Amino acid sequence: MSTYKVELFRKFCKSCQICLRICPKQVFSINERGQVIVEDDSRCIGCMQCCNLCPDFALEVTKNGD
Amino acid sequence: MREQMLKYMKQDKLPHVFCPGCGNGTVMHAMFKAIDELQLDTTQILIVGGIGCSSRIATYTIFDSLHTLHGRALPFAIGAKLANPSLKVIVITGDGDASSIGGNHLIHAARRNMSLSVFIVNNYTYGMTGGQYSPTTPIGSFTATSPCGHVEQPFSITDLLVGAGAPFVARTGTFYFNEMVSLMKKALVNDSFSAIDIFTQCPTNYGRSNRLGNPFDLMKSQSDILVPKGKFEQMTEEEREGKFARGLIRDAKIPTFMDHYKACVLLTRRGVRR
Amino acid sequence: MATKSYLWQGSYATSQGACKAGVNFFAGYPITPSTEVAEVMSWELPQRGGVFIQMEDEIASITALIGASLAGAKAITATSGPGFSLMQEGLGYAKMVEAPLVIVNVMRGGPSTGLPTKPTQADFMQAKWGTHGDSPAIVVCPSSVKESYFLMIHAINLSERFRTPVIFLTDEGVAHMRERVDIDLDADVYIEPRKQPGRHSQYLTFKPDEDLVPHQARFGTGYRTVITGLYHDESGFQNTTREIAYSVQKRLIDKVDLYLDHITNVEETNLDDAELAFVSYGITSRTVQEVIHTANNPKWGALRLITLWPFDDKLIAKKLENVKTLIVPELNMGQMVRELQRLFGSEKKIIPVNRWDGELITPQELQKVAESL
Repeated sequence: MSTYKVELFRKFCKSCQICLRICPKQVFSINERGQVIVEDDSRCIGCMQCCNLCPDFALEVTKNGD
Repeated sequence: MREQMLKYMKQDKLPHVFCPGCGNGTVMHAMFKAIDELQLDTTQILIVGGIGCSSRIATYTIFDSLHTLHGRALPFAIGAKLANPSLKVIVITGDGDASSIGGNHLIHAARRNMSLSVFIVNNYTYGMTGGQYSPTTPIGSFTATSPCGHVEQPFSITDLLVGAGAPFVARTGTFYFNEMVSLMKKALVNDSFSAIDIFTQCPTNYGRSNRLGNPFDLMKSQSDILVPKGKFEQMTEEEREGKFARGLIRDAKIPTFMDHYKACVLLTRRGVRR
Repeated sequence: MATKSYLWQGSYATSQGACKAGVNFFAGYPITPSTEVAEVMSWELPQRGGVFIQMEDEIASITALIGASLAGAKAITATSGPGFSLMQEGLGYAKMVEAPLVIVNVMRGGPSTGLPTKPTQADFMQAKWGTHGDSPAIVVCPSSVKESYFLMIHAINLSERFRTPVIFLTDEGVAHMRERVDIDLDADVYIEPRKQPGRHSQYLTFKPDEDLVPHQARFGTGYRTVITGLYHDESGFQNTTREIAYSVQKRLIDKVDLYLDHITNVEETNLDDAELAFVSYGITSRTVQEVIHTANNPKWGALRLITLWPFDDKLIAKKLENVKTLIVPELNMGQMVRELQRLFGSEKKIIPVNRWDGELITPQELQKVAESL
């Protein structure tokens, strides 16, 4: 089980890719439709930079077990 | 965390109107975080915006909100604050709104030391009208009205404010989220005129015209020219070229307009005049 | 307390009327010939717990006024021609967001800097049409110092009742004139209370009552008041659909136009048997009164408009029903006369008498015109 759960709220996301670029652990990727997706949140270290910088309130990072 | 931020917003109006990658959402997020951490009474917050993309931030909040005229957010805010001094008045304004059409109001609000928290969302351009040059557009850069490169030198809004006598002046960028939250908290608890110049990316208009890449690259390029204040002060004139100090630029304690006005009230009540 | 006599200046009376009506906020910018109002308010308001502030310009003044009004203050400003022009955008905003406030405009001759120290009536049209778009306008005009006091109270009451800005349109003559005023300053006057919102849960910033005026909560009362100059739905959130644009604009006009009998004030002299009537307002009506009294012609009457806008077609047509000839003296090149021409067409003979040189029309001039007919 991963330490952090990374959720992306599709209705809010505008796929600007800021999260993808800021993430130091490659948690995010882009699907064939050009949308940002959560590729693998087991890599997440909980730095919260994606959440903080997301202009669209589209991300939530929570610690599993919290 | 996300839920905690969304509770400050009119959720039925989301997603908001801002373009993909626009820094306005990040500024809004930082502001909610600062308000949340300070546990401010939201019924006593009035948020005032001018006209422009960033000023729309005001309309998405659940606070009492006043979306005003282009350039005039500050005098509207002054009127409300003086009529009800217990309000916590936040002004959200852009670079064009604050320093061009509203430049006169900006320097005078600062000079008077009005108790307002002013967040200047500085994206170097008029985003809402399609990306024309503003008073903070860097010289040489391309906009809808400077197709051959901008020929004017830009304002340093913080220098302008310090010159006008503003007691609390800071600068940061959307890239420095935690610094932005911490400066906003300081501005919000401060009774002085407290202004923060926030470098914010406009990928759709400014970024595209200048081939500055995607929103992240644009944000990064705007943050790279921001140098911590202490370091900036050690730099030579040459090294400072094209760079701006970030952090708390000025934090002075001086009496506010209301402090002085209260003294004047006592005099008039005693019948004292010249 | 009893009635006492005072030697008051027009602008002083206006300011005292404002204080009597409970004004507690003034923001303004010095401009001749209106500055006396600011000077009086700067002394009166602090004593009364109110706020006086001299802003950096007229644009800041009107916008500060709106902010203060929406935060619950009774707010006024005073200005003159060029300053009034600068206030027009803010004036339109105040109409859109339904902010009660009063602008004292002591008219000066234009265009531009024009005639700062002379009496004119150059802003009759600007007071109605100065801001862009169709919007409601309530404009009142005094013709004496004493009337300035009471009409100011009335102007503030109207702005509170209709939640719209009211223009107190006066001129250099009345504003700078000193006259004896017999008045009991402690007498009770009617003060219109501002509508208060009901239950929090059902609150919508712009939901109108049956009288089309909304119960807007002042800032800081926990109602979540939402204000924008864009077209907006009842919640106050921007909405520029055609349905909203249609209904909001219509309501803004209707909330004033459907209540003309609450608003319109005129003063008639000897109109019952008159065949000729002088129609005037402000300082010019004093010339008319002089003519009526010296000529003492039973076929001559006068109608003085105290409410200039809305221009009450029905009432004015009724008052002038039996009159064949109208003489319309104005200190401009003919502004109100256009409204009368629109109203009566060729039905009546309408003769404008105009001066725009900064001098008053003399009773002799006016009488000569009437006698030449």
